[in-house]
Amino acid sequence: MKKQRWLIPIVLLTVALMGVACGDDDSPTVGGDTDTTSDGPSFAAGSTMAEIQAKGKLVVGTKFDQPGLGQKNPLTNEVEGFDVEIAKLIATGIFGGDASDLGNKIEFIETPTPVRETVIEQGTVDIVVATYTINDARKQRIDFAGPYYLAGQDIMVKKDNTAITGVESLVSGVTVCSVRNSTPAGRIKERAPEATLIEYDTYSQCKDDLLNGNVDAVSTDNSILLGFVAADPDDLKIVGKKFSDEPYGIGLPRGDDAWRTFINDRLEEIYGNGDWEEAFESTLGELGVPTPDSPPAVDRYTSAGPAPAPTTTAAGATTTTVPATTTTTG
Amino acid sequence: MNIVVDNFDAYLAGMIDTIVLTLVSFALAFVVGTIVAGFRVSPVPPLRAAGTAYVNIVRNTPLAVSMVLFWFGLLPALGISLSRFWAGIIVLTTYTASFVAEAVRAGINSVAVGQAEAGRSLGLTFPATLGQIILPQAMRTVVQPLGSIFIALIKNSALVTIISLPNLTKTGEAIGTETVQFFPALLGAGVAYLLLTLPSGAAVGWIEHKVAFRR
Repeated sequence: MKKQRWLIPIVLLTVALMGVACGDDDSPTVGGDTDTTSDGPSFAAGSTMAEIQAKGKLVVGTKFDQPGLGQKNPLTNEVEGFDVEIAKLIATGIFGGDASDLGNKIEFIETPTPVRETVIEQGTVDIVVATYTINDARKQRIDFAGPYYLAGQDIMVKKDNTAITGVESLVSGVTVCSVRNSTPAGRIKERAPEATLIEYDTYSQCKDDLLNGNVDAVSTDNSILLGFVAADPDDLKIVGKKFSDEPYGIGLPRGDDAWRTFINDRLEEIYGNGDWEEAFESTLGELGVPTPDSPPAVDRYTSAGPAPAPTTTAAGATTTTVPATTTTTG
Repeated sequence: MNIVVDNFDAYLAGMIDTIVLTLVSFALAFVVGTIVAGFRVSPVPPLRAAGTAYVNIVRNTPLAVSMVLFWFGLLPALGISLSRFWAGIIVLTTYTASFVAEAVRAGINSVAVGQAEAGRSLGLTFPATLGQIILPQAMRTVVQPLGSIFIALIKNSALVTIISLPNLTKTGEAIGTETVQFFPALLGAGVAYLLLTLPSGAAVGWIEHKVAFRR
């Protein structure tokens, strides 16, 4: 007994800290509740918009390492970029007011490429705005609002490289870097099967390896590459020959049509009132990406319906349909 | 589970990659770890300090961090160009060697002091005493801990995915992406790991039985 007496203060301290932590969590939510229901626009009860308004916070999955799109500023700890601005404009559509009034009504969670579908399915986030290319395989698991930007895959090389001029130069013996399990990586496998594909967790690592001389080229959406070139114009350049169309969409749970329609309506609203253009110019525009002549048209496709609940049981059935859908439509 | 059957060849290739990584780095780690353990029990203070520093630094750094630091930081900083394979092997070896060193040191400490004293009174040098008298006895007692380190290494080798080196986990993830079915694809990889780790565990038990002192 004597030996364990020192445990008592530790246990008490732990309990006290847990109490503080819980208290902290509760109070802002209660405050936020009363606030939001009084100002913002009103939505049909039971809709996702009403739920988000009631909980007082839009949770957004985005990337933290994409210059100009979604990047965590180490000085301010804020995430900045075009994806972030689009997410804020959707949040203001729910809560009303300006982006500057949002405060803690919007929360950004880092969602690298491999986890994006999972965080939507598990409800960790309300939407994903993370350089998320709309494609049919992904529509099997989630739905997309938008597109809000049309990117295209391009190639970045060292400034002094003259050998690589386009996707057709990615031949045997050339190493190309992209992010593991991403759409651009898949397209390299398809369009340049002879090239050696190196896959890392982030594009910043690809860029480092390009500068270190371990890879010959980095390939992904031009908007991402332009950000890297803008940050280091003396050493890097873009080949400048897009070889794909990457419509960036906003990921949301499959089958939530009211939520998707709301986001699409909101996108059209910000296309019309100049907010979209302003968001682009203050982010990607600052890095030298020319503002597109007009925003892309939103695609109000018919959803495959609510997702079948447990992934495990659906696994066998869905597997067989994926290749079939992909070949017919794309 | 169709996707696992359909991609059987890819899983098999991934298993072979993982086996090669594990065997090569364990063989090297066994040698390096034993030498470091020798340093740690050495009568020469600088060698003891070096052994202790090695274990404390390497064993306490997460493998994923070492992998990134070595490939993206140390190699470019030193201007060394190395293949991904050998970079992965070096990181796995240095990490695993720190655990091997501690297991072997525990084995050395389990050998009765009289053995070392007898060696010395016969005029054997410290390396000779260690190599010919202490280690043969010490190694028998640490077969199980070394086996656990080996099994941990099979799983730890998955972290070479960070530097884009093929292995079983990378295969599982790639199949998951292609089919957009991460769960069954990674479940397949998990089962494949069991096919490697369970027999390893059985083999360790067999080796322990074979080398045990007959009492």
